[in-house]
Amino acid sequence: MADVALGKKFLGQPVERVEDEILLMGKAQYSDHLPTRAGTQHAAILRSPHAHAKIISIDTTRAENIPGVTAVMTGDDVKEMSEAFLIVLRQPINQWALAVEKVRYVGEPVAIVVARNRYIAEDALAEIDVTYEAMKPAVDQEEAILDDAPIVHEAVGSNVVSTRDFTYGDPDDAFAAADKVVKMKIRYPRNSQTPLEGFVVTADYHQGENLYDVASNYQGPFTSHPVMSMALRVKNSQLRMRTPQWSGGGFGIKVQIFPYVVLICLASKKVGKPVKWVEDKLEHLSAAAAAPNRLIKMEAAVKNDGTVTGFRFDQQDDYGAFLRAPMPGPLYRMHGILTGAYDIKNLSVTNRVVMTNKCPSAMVRGFGGPQMYYGIERIMHKVATELGMDPLDVIRKNLVPAGVFPYRAAAGALIDSGDYPGAVERAVKEGALEDLKKRRDEMRAAGKKYGIGYAAIVEPAQSNMGYLSNILPRDERQRNPKGGAVANATVNVDPLGTVSVTADSIPQGQGHMTILSQIVADVLGLTPDQIKVNLDFDTAKDAWSIATGNYSSRFSSATTVACLKAAEKVKAKLARIASQTLNVPADQLEFVDGKIRDPSNPENGINFYRAAGSAHWTPGNLPDEMEPCVRETGSWSPPELESPNEKDQINTSLTYGFVFDFCGIEVDEDTGEVKIDKYVTMHDSGTLLNPLLADGQVHGAFAWAIGCALYEEFVYGDDGSFLTGTFADYLVPTAWEVPEPQIVHMESPSMLTPLGAKGIAEGNCMSTPVCLANAVADALDVEDITLPMTPTRISAMIHGEEKPPNNDKPAVTIPVKGEGNVLRGTGETFVPAEPLEVWNTLLDPKALAAVIPGCHALDLIGDNSYEADVSLGVGPVRGRFKANVGLTEMVEPKKATLSGGLIGPLGASQGSGHVFLEAADDGTKVSYDYAIELTGTVASVGGRLLEGAAKALVKQFFQRLGAQVGGRPVSGGEPWWRNLLRSLGLLK
Amino acid sequence: MSKLNKDARYPVTMTLNGEEVTGHAEPRMLLSDFLTHEIGITSCHVGCEHGVCGACTVIVDGTVMRGCLTLAVQADGTTVETAESLASKDGKLSELQLAFKKHHGLQCGYCTTGILMSLTAYLEENPKPTEEELRDMLSGHLCRCTGYVGIVKAVLDYCENSTE
Ligand code: FES
Ligand code: FES
Repeated sequence: MADVALGKKFLGQPVERVEDEILLMGKAQYSDHLPTRAGTQHAAILRSPHAHAKIISIDTTRAENIPGVTAVMTGDDVKEMSEAFLIVLRQPINQWALAVEKVRYVGEPVAIVVARNRYIAEDALAEIDVTYEAMKPAVDQEEAILDDAPIVHEAVGSNVVSTRDFTYGDPDDAFAAADKVVKMKIRYPRNSQTPLEGFVVTADYHQGENLYDVASNYQGPFTSHPVMSMALRVKNSQLRMRTPQWSGGGFGIKVQIFPYVVLICLASKKVGKPVKWVEDKLEHLSAAAAAPNRLIKMEAAVKNDGTVTGFRFDQQDDYGAFLRAPMPGPLYRMHGILTGAYDIKNLSVTNRVVMTNKCPSAMVRGFGGPQMYYGIERIMHKVATELGMDPLDVIRKNLVPAGVFPYRAAAGALIDSGDYPGAVERAVKEGALEDLKKRRDEMRAAGKKYGIGYAAIVEPAQSNMGYLSNILPRDERQRNPKGGAVANATVNVDPLGTVSVTADSIPQGQGHMTILSQIVADVLGLTPDQIKVNLDFDTAKDAWSIATGNYSSRFSSATTVACLKAAEKVKAKLARIASQTLNVPADQLEFVDGKIRDPSNPENGINFYRAAGSAHWTPGNLPDEMEPCVRETGSWSPPELESPNEKDQINTSLTYGFVFDFCGIEVDEDTGEVKIDKYVTMHDSGTLLNPLLADGQVHGAFAWAIGCALYEEFVYGDDGSFLTGTFADYLVPTAWEVPEPQIVHMESPSMLTPLGAKGIAEGNCMSTPVCLANAVADALDVEDITLPMTPTRISAMIHGEEKPPNNDKPAVTIPVKGEGNVLRGTGETFVPAEPLEVWNTLLDPKALAAVIPGCHALDLIGDNSYEADVSLGVGPVRGRFKANVGLTEMVEPKKATLSGGLIGPLGASQGSGHVFLEAADDGTKVSYDYAIELTGTVASVGGRLLEGAAKALVKQFFQRLGAQVGGRPVSGGEPWWRNLLRSLGLLK
Repeated sequence: MSKLNKDARYPVTMTLNGEEVTGHAEPRMLLSDFLTHEIGITSCHVGCEHGVCGACTVIVDGTVMRGCLTLAVQADGTTVETAESLASKDGKLSELQLAFKKHHGLQCGYCTTGILMSLTAYLEENPKPTEEELRDMLSGHLCRCTGYVGIVKAVLDYCENSTE
């Protein structure tokens, strides 16, 4: 075991990180800092404002004519130069790096501009004219599966692109024999951990070699590497991927850089120069990736004593507009462990993959676990409620018992080690659950809404590369079986005896360098600061495989083992060299404090560097047949990761940790706020390689889970418009919202990895949202809980739905097509002129042009219908729009109806309104109402700004109308959005 | 400020971490882009480019600013400090930086440099904040990795034990 192989001087200790110094000094070079060749061009991407529309035409002429623009590419170019991305399912779901023929979600890339700098490239986006024909979108996952729903991929013919049924044990029997069947319908929202650093890709096409040289903060898995090279129509070795060792967070999301890698590669090929692209936050939030939202219909077969004898799952995941590899992973990554922490033998599962007109889903920390456990742990809570039992007793009753490991779960997971009941009791004791229960009683006696929640989950790590095979029918997957997960690391000792390490782990901030240095230091009898770890990664030079990358918590159970193996090879080689001089058998030598020596006679030793040096300086003196130099690569794939068997059982991951959480929360009845009073989280993640870093992973997962439970959700309007495009709309918890949880550890070493370590970075993403939801269910005595539990939702549960305030109601109800982001308003103003004069101004194109804020030109294009070119903006975004406005239902000079739309690179809007003119002393009272529906960027970023912006804009229009009619033609003045920004304090 | 031509590039000179530097910027170039791509420092990280995350925080003439909401030309003639200024010239971490290391107050480090700059200014005014005050101040920054635990511990430990 680990303890024997290693001195364990550093491993297992809270060693401070070797990464920190350079990071704290601000000297780390992230992707955006990597050097680029002179002449490197910069890209900006035009994105769809529509959720679903046909692309009728794209005119790039004006954009191409802007000085500094090198090229503009559209879907047609991309289709000609590349293949559609390979996907896991055998379905005609074709995606290229730019939209071809139609757009399927707001934010989908439609065209790319390459220019001398990013600023010019973005300017040029505004000059691309795309004509769309809007189609009805499929937005809600439950509506998307109905017969008359709009189809996202016509060639498939349905939005349900995969349905697979699985049965383990005898669920029918279990349900027939149950005392009670408990049912639940559960929804899990769309969210993402949104790393602070966005995607960065620099691609340099080398014509002579037909090679793409790419630097990017891509995080793997490198299963996507062949997807990219095939799309680019080159051999794998002609796509050189380099990833820097410094990355501003990944959390799974950075696998989704791969379509952009292909796009930027194509752009570089087209312009014959390197091209760089840096994603901005709006692009990230709207179009990078989201964990799929899931609908689960769940049933539990229950005995009166609380024993659960069977589960039925009907899981439906919403993958958005495309299935990018490795999708639909979240539905299958947890498959082997679908019974969670419980000893349940009977299980039936239906997995459905649904497409909608939303951002494509992807890997996000937790990867299917948060969704699945939200189902399991909510229903366990409900079982307790229905039986009148304590939820913890129901958990205890059903846990996989101690002493049965390795334990084969119903759907195939081979759980390596643990003591679940022991872990629960330890957490109960160390976390003082009894005191918490007393506190609940006291709080409730004082009239407070206080609840306690529990969650017990199994946390998998190091995915089996064959986990997705279960989506294919048995015969098909048997023809091409997949399984395993290879990890690689290399240890090198140079001529002066200094040690360096490389590995294929592609870190995103976890501290891999530190842990690898701890391992190698222990094996070679050195100190971590003597080990130089460099985790820059290069497919052209490093050992790698499809499993390479940073995901599914694979580092601690896989990369570390490869590194251990490499270090042990180095040790064996140096021991043989030393044994020649020391006259002691190699396997009896010890490596201590920079020396290789005879443990029974420590005086008989040589320096580590001297032994290593001889492999470089005097290779002729090496033992027989020994190769010179000291450079060893360790590669490892655990044999336990097999492809699915004939019963559809699959061991989806290598190691399985255990997490048990409980918490106390108070719901503020007035505000609807959920206050976390106490949170205890117990982790058995096998051997802890570095407790300081392990706790860091728990804290990070916990904080994101707080976001998932209480704040974070990607919100779409009914028309598919994306409504959470800034960090002011997509709310991320700050230091104020995240309490410190009490962490309890237990260590049951994994018997399947030589170091005994399991994953620890994802557990709380799975346990915490549902633990908090159970606590709220307990506090409010409600069943149906929708995440995130925002104050609005909680208030609605306590007080009923909030009614919109009266004064916001329009005088006349104006119908709108969908309910995307709809702004409604009313107002009135006084104009010191006769109604007829006002009327005539409204009908005079010249006068109207002067009145409309930001209007550059206005033409009469038909009877009372106008086309205008206007500049508008909200908050940080601003753009030029084409407006079409028509006047109807005209009663001179009393009233008229205005209707029309705006379209521009930032989005589209449709709206209508009424104007009423009424003679009042010495002038006209003008009253109006309006309803405006928005899509595209403006809808995404505006949340909290738009309402005010629209009001200001409309008001300004009528003020200017007043001024115009009153004979004081409006001067240029400042655009309305400047006033708005000023009032929001964003502009001086 | 006199009127600038939007297509011209203007010299921008500042005292950056004690050293005079000059680069060129179009009027609309952000300070964050200028520092990174024109001057070549690596600590002014862009996380959101809309003023929410705080990763780009720098100190301009003693005032904490968002590099992504400031134009480079506005910083002409100013004194700018970034995280590169915190360690000693010979590369020794400051006590605050060491506290971050000790308490694992950073993971990917992307938010860290901005947080350190805000703290530098804040702790000068409030050398002994309570945990509540500190968390309130930190709420001007987003960190996606650490859950803030190590950050809070580091600062409180530093405030308690600093000899600086
Ligand atoms: S990048 Fe400036 S605040 Fe986020
Ligand atoms: S350490 Fe990664 S965002 Fe804070």
